[in-house]
Amino acid sequence: MARLLRATVRKMQTGWVIAGRRYVIILVVAIAAYAAVLLLAGKDPIKAYVDTFSFTLGSSYGFSEVLVRMIPLLLTAVAVALPSRLGLINVGGEGQLYMGAWLATWGAITFTSLPQAAFVPLLIVLGFLGGGAWASVAGFFRARGLVNETITTLLMNYIAPLIIGFFVYGSWRSREIGASAFPQSPAFPSAARLPQFFGTRVHLGLVLALVALALYWFVVERTKWGLKMRAIGGNPEAARRVGIRLGIYMVTVMFVAGGIAGLAGMAEVSALFGRLRAGFSPGYGFVGFLISWLTNGSPLGILVMSFVLAIVFSGGSLLQITQGVPFAAINVLMAIILLVVLARPRLAWVPSRRRP
Amino acid sequence: MTGDLIQGVVSGTIMYGAPLLYVTLGEVIGQRAGMVNLGLEGIMLIGASVGFAVASDSGNPWVGIGAAGVAGALFNLVYGYLVVNRKANQLASGLAVMFLGIGVSAMIGRAYVGKGIAGLVRYQIPGISNISWVSKTMFSYDLLVYFAVPIAFVVWWFLFRTRWGLSLRAVGESPAAAFAAGRRISWLKYQAALVCGFLGGVAGAHLSVALARTWTEGMTGGRGFIAVALVIFSKWHPLRAIVGALLFGGAVTLQLQLQAKGSSISPFVLNMIPYALTLGVLLVWGGARRFAAPAALGRVYHGEE
Repeated sequence: MARLLRATVRKMQTGWVIAGRRYVIILVVAIAAYAAVLLLAGKDPIKAYVDTFSFTLGSSYGFSEVLVRMIPLLLTAVAVALPSRLGLINVGGEGQLYMGAWLATWGAITFTSLPQAAFVPLLIVLGFLGGGAWASVAGFFRARGLVNETITTLLMNYIAPLIIGFFVYGSWRSREIGASAFPQSPAFPSAARLPQFFGTRVHLGLVLALVALALYWFVVERTKWGLKMRAIGGNPEAARRVGIRLGIYMVTVMFVAGGIAGLAGMAEVSALFGRLRAGFSPGYGFVGFLISWLTNGSPLGILVMSFVLAIVFSGGSLLQITQGVPFAAINVLMAIILLVVLARPRLAWVPSRRRP
Repeated sequence: MTGDLIQGVVSGTIMYGAPLLYVTLGEVIGQRAGMVNLGLEGIMLIGASVGFAVASDSGNPWVGIGAAGVAGALFNLVYGYLVVNRKANQLASGLAVMFLGIGVSAMIGRAYVGKGIAGLVRYQIPGISNISWVSKTMFSYDLLVYFAVPIAFVVWWFLFRTRWGLSLRAVGESPAAAFAAGRRISWLKYQAALVCGFLGGVAGAHLSVALARTWTEGMTGGRGFIAVALVIFSKWHPLRAIVGALLFGGAVTLQLQLQAKGSSISPFVLNMIPYALTLGVLLVWGGARRFAAPAALGRVYHGEE
């Protein structure tokens, strides 16, 4: 028994070492390549990296901001990782995030007199429902064999921000004096703001995100459903013959995934802005996709990569101000990371993992 | 008034349909060779930014369009390398190219934000200005618009009437059979990727150099993805892609015309029309696609080594 335990521990340790080494190598290559890109653009890469790291890891304020950035990344990454177990590719985290924020905002500015103890659960439910309903459309179309969920979720990403725009520029537009210059919804009642901790902007969303990640790990690794999902993802035809009803699984999983992404949107507007604004997400949903893909849906990997990419995001805002690098340039860094993973360089010191 | 609206819609449909036709044709060629490329959004952005930058610096819009095509083709080599050599997942590879395109185009275009450009010369269809009910400003297009439909026929001819096209389609349907017949699969896929990238780059440059005549970040607004949807709609056929592109061009124009005429419908609702229409079209025609799709679409071929 003890022998078995020791063997298992050793096996896990080597697994962790390999995974850890893999991420480190990916990041080193990506950081070097991005430095070259910055250099080509006439910027100073060393100063850029020094600035980024001394801000994000060197100051407690910077570090708390990284944690704030990490919240939507964790949630949207889980929103991609969960359906990927079924073989579904959810590229719609961005739209689902917006719709979660949308429905939560509706709740916040409609039931203005609720106490906080009732408001927070209500917002969580509404955020989940908003994102979930939006994503389950794609799940439904896929389940009926009509349209591939990849293309549906991609197209719906463009529709969701327009719905937000319709409301913030229209009936929800705040009429407060001084607020009219920037189209946004009325302020949430203070009871509808998610609590923030330690005098920083770190908010309850972090707890939600970690719970979502833990539940994801538990369901996928430790339950019958998780096993079934993997069976379906591995061989849908066989699963169908065994009598698993694929359609219901697809719609449910997309609903839950979209709901988790919706929580990210809800948390952003409720905790950080206290209002709904058009275009408030700088592409968190897409980054969530990237994280889930890079880590192959491993819960620990999602935690680590969300943290790393949160640093990238904070650095992106910083470099925009200090060096005039357009914020969209962080897409280059993310693309390089993804390219390195996809290209699986066959070097002796790079442990590569085959992907299906 | 209504006459103007109709003329405006018809004229705009053709104009906005043209760039979409180019990019859709590119995707048709790529998918016929078995490659789904979601990176076209990024490639169009590269084309748009490079095209605008070169056209603005050189003063010659055609140099810009050409540079954009070349840039798009070279950029798509990244996708080709991942998919052909590294046998990576096509959807993820496409999205990697998309991310790269968004970022690189923002860096290229940064110095050109807010600048204007003369754009391509527009020619009116000869004789049309003599018709009394046609307003003088309608039905004048740049050469790229006039070339769009002929190029669709050229693509059709290459795909269905030449040995090259036959080989390419064989690669998409059954790489093993194509390999057994002595076709060089990797090379053919690279050729398809180059043509696809070229057309995507031209389409992007058409948007920035000829239509908008400015550069803005993310200006393609999902047209790369819409092209992928239109390929499904057109059942992988270049001539049916003309219909798809016109449909989308019509949706865009209707939206713009209604906004210009001061319609009471919110511009946000109008802006949804193209995306909603694309989804709707896919829903209606989606069911039949299984029989039309290249059999080896999206699959990795391991045999050739």
